[in-house]
Amino acid sequence: MADQNDWTKPQAMAIPKEGYFKPEQGRYGPIFPKTPACYGFTIIAKIIVGREPVFYEYAKNIETAVAGQPDILAVLKLHYLRWVLFPIKGETYFMYQGIFDTDFDKYTEDAVAIFASTGLRTVFENLEGFPKDWQTNAPAFIKFLREHQRPSFLEYGEYPFVSADEIKKALKLKASFSQMLDQMQ
Amino acid sequence: MLEFDDIQHILLTRAPALNGRYEFLSFRDPAGGRAWLAAILERVQSVREARTSVGKDKRWVTVAFTWNGMRALGLDEASLATFPEEFKQGMVARAEMLGDTGANHPDGWVGGLASPDLHAIVILFARDTAEHGRCQSEHQKLIAQCAGAEVLSTLDLQATPPFDHAHDHFGYRDRLSQPVIEDSGEEPTPGSGGPLKAGEFILGYPDEAGPGPALPKPEILSRNGSFMAYRRLQEHVGAFRDFLRRHGQTSEEQELVAAKLMGRWRSGAPVVLSPDKDDPTLGADPRRNNDFDYGKMDPKGYCIPLGAHIRRMNPRDTAANMNRRRMIRRGATYGPHLPEGAPDDGAERGIAAFVICASLIRQFEFAQNVWVNDKNFHELGNERDPIIGNQDGTLEFKIPKRPIRKKITGLPSFTTVMGGAYFFLPGLKALRHLATLGESRR
Repeated sequence: MADQNDWTKPQAMAIPKEGYFKPEQGRYGPIFPKTPACYGFTIIAKIIVGREPVFYEYAKNIETAVAGQPDILAVLKLHYLRWVLFPIKGETYFMYQGIFDTDFDKYTEDAVAIFASTGLRTVFENLEGFPKDWQTNAPAFIKFLREHQRPSFLEYGEYPFVSADEIKKALKLKASFSQMLDQMQ
Repeated sequence: MLEFDDIQHILLTRAPALNGRYEFLSFRDPAGGRAWLAAILERVQSVREARTSVGKDKRWVTVAFTWNGMRALGLDEASLATFPEEFKQGMVARAEMLGDTGANHPDGWVGGLASPDLHAIVILFARDTAEHGRCQSEHQKLIAQCAGAEVLSTLDLQATPPFDHAHDHFGYRDRLSQPVIEDSGEEPTPGSGGPLKAGEFILGYPDEAGPGPALPKPEILSRNGSFMAYRRLQEHVGAFRDFLRRHGQTSEEQELVAAKLMGRWRSGAPVVLSPDKDDPTLGADPRRNNDFDYGKMDPKGYCIPLGAHIRRMNPRDTAANMNRRRMIRRGATYGPHLPEGAPDDGAERGIAAFVICASLIRQFEFAQNVWVNDKNFHELGNERDPIIGNQDGTLEFKIPKRPIRKKITGLPSFTTVMGGAYFFLPGLKALRHLATLGESRR
């Protein structure tokens, strides 16, 4: 069993094919486990032909949105998000990968609400099979995400199981100590 | 406009009742169930009726059905399939996610509530014991006339003394923070947030996200209806009082521990507005007793610990999309009062409550799964709701305090889930529709 309290020892975790160790149901389906790399998802879906330019435009929009409102995604308890486009046999696929501190199931409706209230929506509307009524049908949106989620079979953490809040606290403490030492000069 | 003539009274009114009775029913054949419904629905008050005659009425009746119950009445499979997945599955199937494991597991539930044979509930709120007795006897006669309808179990409710304000067996004042629905004619108390779109609680109206989701079919069945999560929660009053004595030398210290667990003094006064001692006048004042936030007034939890019950059940300004998570609560206490100082007599006592909302998965289940039972709520690491969370003796409760916080380890379980179920609360036209299902087929 992984030690979730020892951040000093890097850990790797092999994950069964199903994506979880024991079946445990969340509100919308199975819960994927917390690993040394915290919780996360990897969503892979085919984009609608010819829509690549929308994705690059979207990237600019997100950059602007986060700059204007840095806490816009705070509720999702994120560490990192990565958006990738790549070809398979001449077709373009989209990969959306997130590392965060709550399980996949918990804040999905909040994510949908953020998508609805910001420009974050556009990228999903350009994926094949994305439900057209997603704004009034959160369960359909969540079903789409789950159907396109590809669980990891291996994850690694250099500082395992540490949450973004703990990291931010540690950095704040370091800054406070620096300030304190400055005051002692 | 809200259709007050069609919405069951429980959604928008609070009956001035000191007594009550829940009867849980099973229908062995559709005709018997419909005969019962046809008779009882004449006694189910709408919001308008209840508001008009609340001063003289002595009893208030509510009727709701499980998904199995609507099938048992003869609702067609195509219509049944249009209900939300979590309602179709029922509370028992959702137990693990809700935190109903260990001592709270449905295997230990009483009254047949975990059985697929649970089909309906009839809720009686009565002004006094005499009316309670009269209604009980009338309903007994009605059931006897409806072959195929039977009573699985019953639960009698009564307020606990003192009767001048609503409170649970632990002594905490209740009914302090309720959402208000837009156009309902009610005004939110200060601190309760603005009125919310009706679709958050009543099917067929716009909600806080827009025009509202697709509804169960046919429309006559879903319009003005709602969903209701029932919870029968035993309160271990003796264990609770022992705990307070273990963690407080004086009665003042014990009251402070009780206040920290809840986030309010037992009088109802919020600890953030009265941090050091109780203020019963504040607790009883609806213009002041809900007027606070956490983000600005108590971000670190020095007044109300981050894991306290009210902080979990309504995180106010410290959670996103709060307008989509609100719930209406109704219910009452059951079981005998345990006088202060008396040893626990082993009798079951507690609260039997309903959470009413438009979406069980988005509102009730979210609150249970994320707010009540997430051990890492607010990064707490090893805590669940100290009052209603699933406690197995291995968790803790942290009380922020300068210079060093107080950490209580091995928190005991103060409550046990003794039963629960998901019900659909139809409007009055929908009740008539269900009562005449057989006729419409002929």
